[in-house]
Amino acid sequence: MAHGPAKGFTRWLYTTNHKDIGSMYLWFSFAMFLLGGVFALVIRAELFEPGLQIVEPGFFNQMTTMHGLVMVFGAVMPAFVGLANWMIPMMVGAPDMALPRMNNWSFWILPFAFAMMVSTLFMEGGGPNFGWTFYAPLSTTYAPPSVTFFIFAVHIMGASSIMGSINIIATILNMRAPGMTLMKMPLFVWTWLITAYLLIAVMPVLAGVVTMMLMDIHFGTSFFDAAGGGDPVLFQHVFWFFGHPEVYIMILPAFGIVSAIIPTFARKPLFGYSSMVYATASIAFLSFIVWAHHMFTVGMPIAGELFFMYATMLIAVPTGVKVFNWVTTMFRGSMTFETPMLFSIAFVILFTIGGFSGLMLAIAPADFQYHDTYFVVAHFHYVLVPGAIFSITAGVYYWLPKWCGNMYNETMGKLQFWLAFIGLNLTFFPMHFVGLAGMQRRVPDYNQFFADFNMLSSMGAFLFGAAQILLLYNVISTIMGGKKATDEVWENPEGLEWTVASPAPYHTFSTPPEVK
Amino acid sequence: MAGEGTYYVPEQSKLPIFASLGLFLTVFGAGSWINGGSPTTFVVGFGVMAIVLWCWFSIVITENMAGLNDAQLKRSYVWGMGWFIFSEVMFFAAFFGALYYIRHISLPELGGDNTTNQILWSGFTEVWPLMTTPDMAVNGANAKVLGPDINMSVTTAESIFTWLPFWNTTVLLTSSVTVHFAHTALKNHNKKGFNLWLGITVALGIIFLFLQAAEYIHAYDENLKINTGVYGTTFFMLTGFHGAHVTLGTFMLLVMWLRSVLKGHFKHEDCFGFEAASWYWHFVDVVWVGLFIFVYILG
Repeated sequence: MAHGPAKGFTRWLYTTNHKDIGSMYLWFSFAMFLLGGVFALVIRAELFEPGLQIVEPGFFNQMTTMHGLVMVFGAVMPAFVGLANWMIPMMVGAPDMALPRMNNWSFWILPFAFAMMVSTLFMEGGGPNFGWTFYAPLSTTYAPPSVTFFIFAVHIMGASSIMGSINIIATILNMRAPGMTLMKMPLFVWTWLITAYLLIAVMPVLAGVVTMMLMDIHFGTSFFDAAGGGDPVLFQHVFWFFGHPEVYIMILPAFGIVSAIIPTFARKPLFGYSSMVYATASIAFLSFIVWAHHMFTVGMPIAGELFFMYATMLIAVPTGVKVFNWVTTMFRGSMTFETPMLFSIAFVILFTIGGFSGLMLAIAPADFQYHDTYFVVAHFHYVLVPGAIFSITAGVYYWLPKWCGNMYNETMGKLQFWLAFIGLNLTFFPMHFVGLAGMQRRVPDYNQFFADFNMLSSMGAFLFGAAQILLLYNVISTIMGGKKATDEVWENPEGLEWTVASPAPYHTFSTPPEVK
Repeated sequence: MAGEGTYYVPEQSKLPIFASLGLFLTVFGAGSWINGGSPTTFVVGFGVMAIVLWCWFSIVITENMAGLNDAQLKRSYVWGMGWFIFSEVMFFAAFFGALYYIRHISLPELGGDNTTNQILWSGFTEVWPLMTTPDMAVNGANAKVLGPDINMSVTTAESIFTWLPFWNTTVLLTSSVTVHFAHTALKNHNKKGFNLWLGITVALGIIFLFLQAAEYIHAYDENLKINTGVYGTTFFMLTGFHGAHVTLGTFMLLVMWLRSVLKGHFKHEDCFGFEAASWYWHFVDVVWVGLFIFVYILG
C-alpha cells in the first residue's frame, strides 16, 4: 500500500483510493453543473422577452425538468459526496473509506445513469417534460415513452447514493483514529453522518415511488388512478416524503463546510460546537414530518395544514441557532476575506434570505397565493445556489491547495466571487417580485407586465454562468502549477487534514494518528 | 473504533466498473424490453451482473480466508449489511404507506358524501377489499378498470386452517427459528447441526415460494390480477416484492449452505456471510408478519 497511483487511464476505472474517487465525483459534478447550467440558460434565453422566441413550449418543459434533475442529482449531490470522499477519511484519521471497492462502484454508476437520463432528450417523444417533481398523472398517463428510462436512471442513481451513504456511515463510525470521539469530529463529518442517514432513509422511498409509476404505466396498476381506487395525490405524498429530506441532504453538508471555513478566517474557534451538532440532528428529524407543506393547495384537512405549517416553522429554530453561531464566531474575530471566506459570508447572508422566504411559504394561507409562482423559484434558488453551490465552491477553494499542493489565484477567485454574487442576486432577487405579482413557474411565456424583471433575471443568469468559467480556469491552472502551498495552507486551521503534507500523499494515515 | 492491526485497503479492482456496466445494461435492457423491444440487452446485463457478483464475493471470501480482514474491517461489513437492510425496510415502508393512504384517505374520499363523489364517482361506495372499482360504479359495462372476483382475506375464524396464508406464515416463522438454531449450532462448534438446520431453513424457504406460487395461480384463476383495481395493485405489489426478497434470501442461504457443505466454510467465530444472510432472512420474515396483518387479516 506504500506506492502511489497506478499509471494510465485505468487508474480511474479500477481505483479504490478515496482521493481518486473524490476527484472523479467532483469533476463529474462540475460537468453536470455546466450541463444543467446550459439547460438553465436555454430557459432564461426563452424568458428574456415575453412571447415565444427560441424553443417550442414542449422543449421548454423538457429543459425545466432536466435542469432540475441534473442539478439536484448530478451536480449538487455528487459534489458533496466528492468532498466527503476526499475529506472524511483525512478528517477522522482513516487510511481510506471503509469499503473502497463499493466506493468506486457508487461513483461509476453515475455516468451510466446520467448518460441514460440525458439520452432521453434524443428519444422519440422527447425527454421527461413533467417537471423535476414528476407529479402523476403528468409523469404516468401523459408521459413520453422515454419516462421508462428516466425511472430506471433514478433507480440506479438511488442505488449509488445508498451505497455511498453506507460507506460514509461505516467510515465515520468505524474508522476514526484513537481519541477521535464523536464530539471531537469536525462538523463536516457530523453533518455528513446525519446526511447519510437521511439518504438511506429516503432514497428507497424514491425508488418505491418511481416503481409505482412504472407499474401504473406498463402493468395496469392503480396507485395513482382514481378509476381503480387510487389517487394522484398519493404520488405527491410519497414523493415529498423523499423530497423534503432530500432538500436537507443538499444543505446539511454545506453547513459543515461553512462551519470549517468561518473559524479559520475569523481566527476563532467555532462558537457553539455542540449546539451545531444538535441543531443539525434536529433539522434532520424535522425534515421527516414537514413534507406536506409542498402540497398545501392540493386539499388537506385543516388539521393537516396546521400541523405541517407549524412543524415547518419549527425548523427556523435550529437553523437560527446555526446562523447565530456563525455570526458569533465572526464577532470580534480578526477576519480576513480570502475567496473561501467571501463565499461563506455570502452563504450566511443569502441562505438566511432564502430561509426567510421559506418561512413566508410555510404559512399555509399565504402559500395559497405563492404556490407555483416564481416566488417559490426564487426561494429554493436562494437556498440552493448561495446555499449548496456557494458552499461547494468555498470548499473547493478552501481545500484545493491541500489537494494539489498549489495556491489558487486569489485575485481571480475574488473576481469569480463578485461576478457570481452579483449574477445570482440579479437572477433570483427579481423573481420574488414577479412571483408575488403572480407570474407562474414552468411556463415559457408571460404577461408583458413582467418583462423588465425577467430581462434582468436573464442577464444575471448569463453573468452567473460566465463566472463559473473562471472557476474552471482557476482550478485547472492551480492543478498545473502555481505558488506552492504550505502544509497548513491557512493560518492555524483546525483539523487533521492540515497535519499532512500538501499535496496530500496518495495514502494518508496508513497508521492512525493519535488525537488528544 | 481504535484500529487493531492494519485496515485492509484493497488494491485496484476491475469489479466496480464491470458491475456498473452490468447494472446499466440490466436497467437499460429492462427499459427497452418494457417499451416493446427485445429482452437481449437485459439478459446480457443480468449475466454480466451475475458473473461480477460471483467474482466479487469469491474475492472477498478468499481475502477473508487469507487473514486480510481484521476485526475492524469485519465491523465495516456488519455496518454495511445492517444499513442495507434498513434501506430495504424503507422501501417496503413506501408500499405499506401507500396501502394505508389508499384505505384510509383515498377510498373514503372517493366514496364519501362529498362533491368529488357526487360529480365524478356517484354510486361508488367504499369497501375493502375493493371489488367494485369507482370506474365500474360509474361506467358499468363500459368500465376499463375492472375489480377482482375474489379477495384473499380470511372469511371465517373456523376456516383459518384451510387458509393458505396461515400455512405460509407458519412456514416462514418456523424458518426464522430454524435459521436461529443453525446459528446456535455453529456457535457451539456443532457443524453437523448447522448444516442440518440451515438445510431445513432453505427447504422451508422453497416450500414458502411454492405455496405463494399456488396462491398466485389461484388468484389469477379467479380474476384477482395486478390490474384489477387498487386491491389487486396493493395485494400483488406487497406480496410480490416480499416474494422477490424471499427468493433472494433463500438463494443467499442456499449459497451459505453449499459453502458449508461443499467447501467447509464458516467457523464459530468467523461466519459473517452466514450471519448477514440470516439477518436478511429475519428481515423478510418481519415484513411477512406485517403483510399477514395488514394485507390478509385486516384485508
